[in-house]
Amino acid sequence: MNTVADGLSVDGVHVWRGDRHVLKGVSLRVAPRQLLHISGPNGTGKTTLLRVVCGLLRPEQGQVSWRGKSISSIRPEYQAALAYASHEPALKADLTALENLRFAVGLKRRVEMDQLRASLEQTGVAGCADLPARVLSAGQRRRVAMARVLAMGATLWLLDEPFTNLDTAGAELMSDLLRAHIEGGGAALVTAHHTLQIGAESHRLDLGP
Amino acid sequence: MNVGALAAFNLIVRRELCLSFRRPDQLLQPLVFFLIVTTLFPLGLSLQLSLLRDMSPGVLWVAALLSSVLSLDALFKSDADDGTLEQLALCGQGLTLIVVAKTLAHWLVSGAALVVFSPLVGTALGIPPSAFGTMMLSLGLGTLTLSWLGAIGAGLTVGARRGNVLLSLIVLPLAMPLLIFGAGATDRAISGTDAVGPLYFLAALCVFACTLAPFAATAALRITLE
Repeated sequence: MNTVADGLSVDGVHVWRGDRHVLKGVSLRVAPRQLLHISGPNGTGKTTLLRVVCGLLRPEQGQVSWRGKSISSIRPEYQAALAYASHEPALKADLTALENLRFAVGLKRRVEMDQLRASLEQTGVAGCADLPARVLSAGQRRRVAMARVLAMGATLWLLDEPFTNLDTAGAELMSDLLRAHIEGGGAALVTAHHTLQIGAESHRLDLGP
Repeated sequence: MNVGALAAFNLIVRRELCLSFRRPDQLLQPLVFFLIVTTLFPLGLSLQLSLLRDMSPGVLWVAALLSSVLSLDALFKSDADDGTLEQLALCGQGLTLIVVAKTLAHWLVSGAALVVFSPLVGTALGIPPSAFGTMMLSLGLGTLTLSWLGAIGAGLTVGARRGNVLLSLIVLPLAMPLLIFGAGATDRAISGTDAVGPLYFLAALCVFACTLAPFAATAALRITLE
């Protein structure tokens, strides 16, 4: 199969979890300026697929390539290009929102505090910057996690259920951020139960049974 | 712009220290355990000072090992539970660097703190001040080695329920040489004989652990991350 020269391609990925055959030969392509919406009922392997694409989980069969090269051969370069937001917001409860961003984004690229504050402002949680993540609501944590994705300045966004816990305004904001990312030349892989209305080029992959 | 390995290492150590100091209860727990266990012995053997003095190296070292193991469980588990371990694994710095930084930061707040407070415990156990130097050096080498052994164990048990019991079962048998040479060195220092032999053994074990354990711990962690 051909690989996408400047994007992501997944070819015939099989993953077993014990006796369960979770991913049965999944293939997909995401080019720059494209969004791929992965849908399907619970337990069909959406999160597993995203973890495979991240490189956190090695598939038993198949390959994931970034810009035409297998991700295991260009791990640092690939990790620098991606931003992953898991189902959990992945924040340390004892650190403030800003510290959480500083320690997570600071490992990826040199970043100023102002930039981090700006991304918190973009997701509407600038007021929570100096509050410990413990006291934030689930929706606010989700927004802080999204601010982390923004601050990473990555080309490829891998978002697992990014709309969970968000209110209507939050969901709209999320769609706007996704649209801006796609239109700015980025690529995104998003898992979500409901239909996405992004208004940019988007495709859908259904993992249903 | 990419972040250099040294800058990333500093940032992770700072993150770990910051997290430790935000939770003083967890920080102090092993230290208080160490102080209480070691001061219980003089109370129990108050009329037999010579017996206490003979037992003190063993008591000191067993308490140090147990209190270090107590804090090892949290090394990767809290990060794995809240999902930040995945973020660390994807930060582009390589998992080995993260394991090294986290383990050294853990040793700073557990092992090194134990070393600092050991003269206090030594006094309670009747260890002469002339032996404090050797005692602290041996504890420093021993706890650092133990942190590395613990990192391998913590990496393996991060996904297991009740991992802390399993962790003790994995780490404590491996820590026996540390106990033997560490208590041996302290014992020799107390009796005024040359303690250099057991100290060399401890140093060799420490170098062995520092060079090989990071890779073993990374491999263990990678398996459990999947």
